[in-house]
Amino acid sequence: MESLTAQKLESLALMANRLREDVITMVSRAGSGHIAGALDMADIFTAMYFHILNHDPKRPDWPDRDRLVLSNGHICPVYYAALAHAGYFPVKELETLRRLGSRLQGHPHRGALPGVETTSGPLGSGLSQASGIALAARLEGKRYQVYCLTSDGELGEGNYWEAAMFAGKNRLSNLTVFVDRNNIQIDGFTEQVMPLEPLAEKYRAFNWHVLEIDGHNFEEIAAAAAEAKAIHEQPTVVIAHTIPGKGVDFMENDYLWHSKPFKPGEAEKALKELRSLKGKIIAEG
Amino acid sequence: MLNPDAKLNPHLFDDDVAQAPTRNGYGEGLVAAGDANPNVVALCADLTESTRVEAFAKKFPERFFELGVAEQNMATVAAGLGTSGKVPFISSYATFSPGRNWEQIRTTIAYNDANVKVAGHHAGISVGPDGATHQATEDIAIMRAMPRMRVHVPCDAIEARKATIAAAQTWGPAYLRFQREKTPIMTTEETPYVPGKAEVFWLPGNGSGARGAKKPDVLIVGCGGLVFHALLAARTLEEEKISAAVLNVHTVKPLDEKTIVEWAKKAGAVVTVEEHQIVGGLGGAVAETLAAHAPTPIEFIGMHDTFGESGAPDELLKKYGMMPKDIIMAAKKAIRRKQ
Repeated sequence: MESLTAQKLESLALMANRLREDVITMVSRAGSGHIAGALDMADIFTAMYFHILNHDPKRPDWPDRDRLVLSNGHICPVYYAALAHAGYFPVKELETLRRLGSRLQGHPHRGALPGVETTSGPLGSGLSQASGIALAARLEGKRYQVYCLTSDGELGEGNYWEAAMFAGKNRLSNLTVFVDRNNIQIDGFTEQVMPLEPLAEKYRAFNWHVLEIDGHNFEEIAAAAAEAKAIHEQPTVVIAHTIPGKGVDFMENDYLWHSKPFKPGEAEKALKELRSLKGKIIAEG
Repeated sequence: MLNPDAKLNPHLFDDDVAQAPTRNGYGEGLVAAGDANPNVVALCADLTESTRVEAFAKKFPERFFELGVAEQNMATVAAGLGTSGKVPFISSYATFSPGRNWEQIRTTIAYNDANVKVAGHHAGISVGPDGATHQATEDIAIMRAMPRMRVHVPCDAIEARKATIAAAQTWGPAYLRFQREKTPIMTTEETPYVPGKAEVFWLPGNGSGARGAKKPDVLIVGCGGLVFHALLAARTLEEEKISAAVLNVHTVKPLDEKTIVEWAKKAGAVVTVEEHQIVGGLGGAVAETLAAHAPTPIEFIGMHDTFGESGAPDELLKKYGMMPKDIIMAAKKAIRRKQ
């Protein structure tokens, strides 16, 4: 990882803002899709594809690449936007999200699009797959890192905790999970739908190394990834506290934006806000 | 008569015919596959001995993973291994895998195109005393309906070994179905085994070779250990001057439509035999094929939309109508329905 200079931080902030704009445009154009989680994970996706991952978009099958497994596949608009800007496929193709014949399926599909490591959508099974990939790395003596991004709502799935036990048992230290702790799911706030707290203690009880960060702070995201890499006896979970709908004032912290479609004018309003945010980033930089 | 080309066990009809459970063949096949390919890995969910993974685990401890009682995790960890160059075999009872973890298999193995082999054990009602909770009678149907998934139902322990080795050599998702109880060894090492190719085990009358045989009065299509009952039925029918052909369909998907249609046309009446629901299983597959290519009266031996129960294996096979006499009655009924 290169150092996070002021210049680099500004370029990351601008990229995250660009991904958010793309998410709004893509979902608005498609007429359906999941917005809040996609917006709040824009900073982590940016940090991953433009700072943390050891990858080569021109060689998506490079055997030594770091793997990123997206478990909550429904936030794929931000995933696709990050992959496109990183160079895996043309940015123009983002317009085709959810259309017939598109490589940008409604939920990510391995083989359909370069850079997509695994098929996901049905929740709670990404961590198991990431564990399997981490295990394969160990069997092959490969040094690549496996990152799994999960939501918090999907932690209701039993399969997820089966995987958490498995990764703890096998000391999968090449595995790092980022949990999007945005506190919302379709039916409401996580602590009302099915409480997850004390979440950090749950992972500790499963023999994980636990970190908690501000999921919108690039320095904290990068430091967490670096620390996780340095831990040799345990898998690491980074509980990333995020604001659902981050970047668009009227969407922030409103659980209804998990999956509701835009009404006329709303997408334009969100884009306008993001564009003024862009100006602010440049001015402050 | 037994098809000489099938090179079946010459002691097949002896009272003391050798018997072994198909799961034993799986265990042997898994070790052979592991020997042949260092990328073969085995995962188990707390049933290592009874699914016969133990020998592999002892020989290749670094390639064996104990998942505990967690079939969903077993399928999805295998998916990650399978998309990373490994050839994982996952083993549990069929009611749990592919029963409980069906969605994980669908999304992360079949749709994801992960090179994972699912071994479903203790399938059918002949697992016996454990009762209906442990008697998988829907597994062929749920796996057959899944795009990309191959479905193999070996008829004896030797064929089970061949099927396991072949699955390891063939790229892509596959389901292998095994039984707990000992069943007669019908095949030999020389019996042809080609995945996707049905084999004629019994020829009508005194024909010589599958192609030169005379037309049968009825075609019996079976899979799994019950193929033995089909052969017993065919022998008795012949004594009653009713000629039959018996097809061993060890691969239910992709189905050998050509061979089934060819023999169904010759016979004009068909009986399907399986230890599974008649809905969606081998019977369903044969019916779909014949409806499209050669409409033929069919009688179905299998579970008729009901769960099993506790009992001795032979008691259950009797109660649920899977004995040779049931196949004989079904054959006569199918023949009567010819126009």
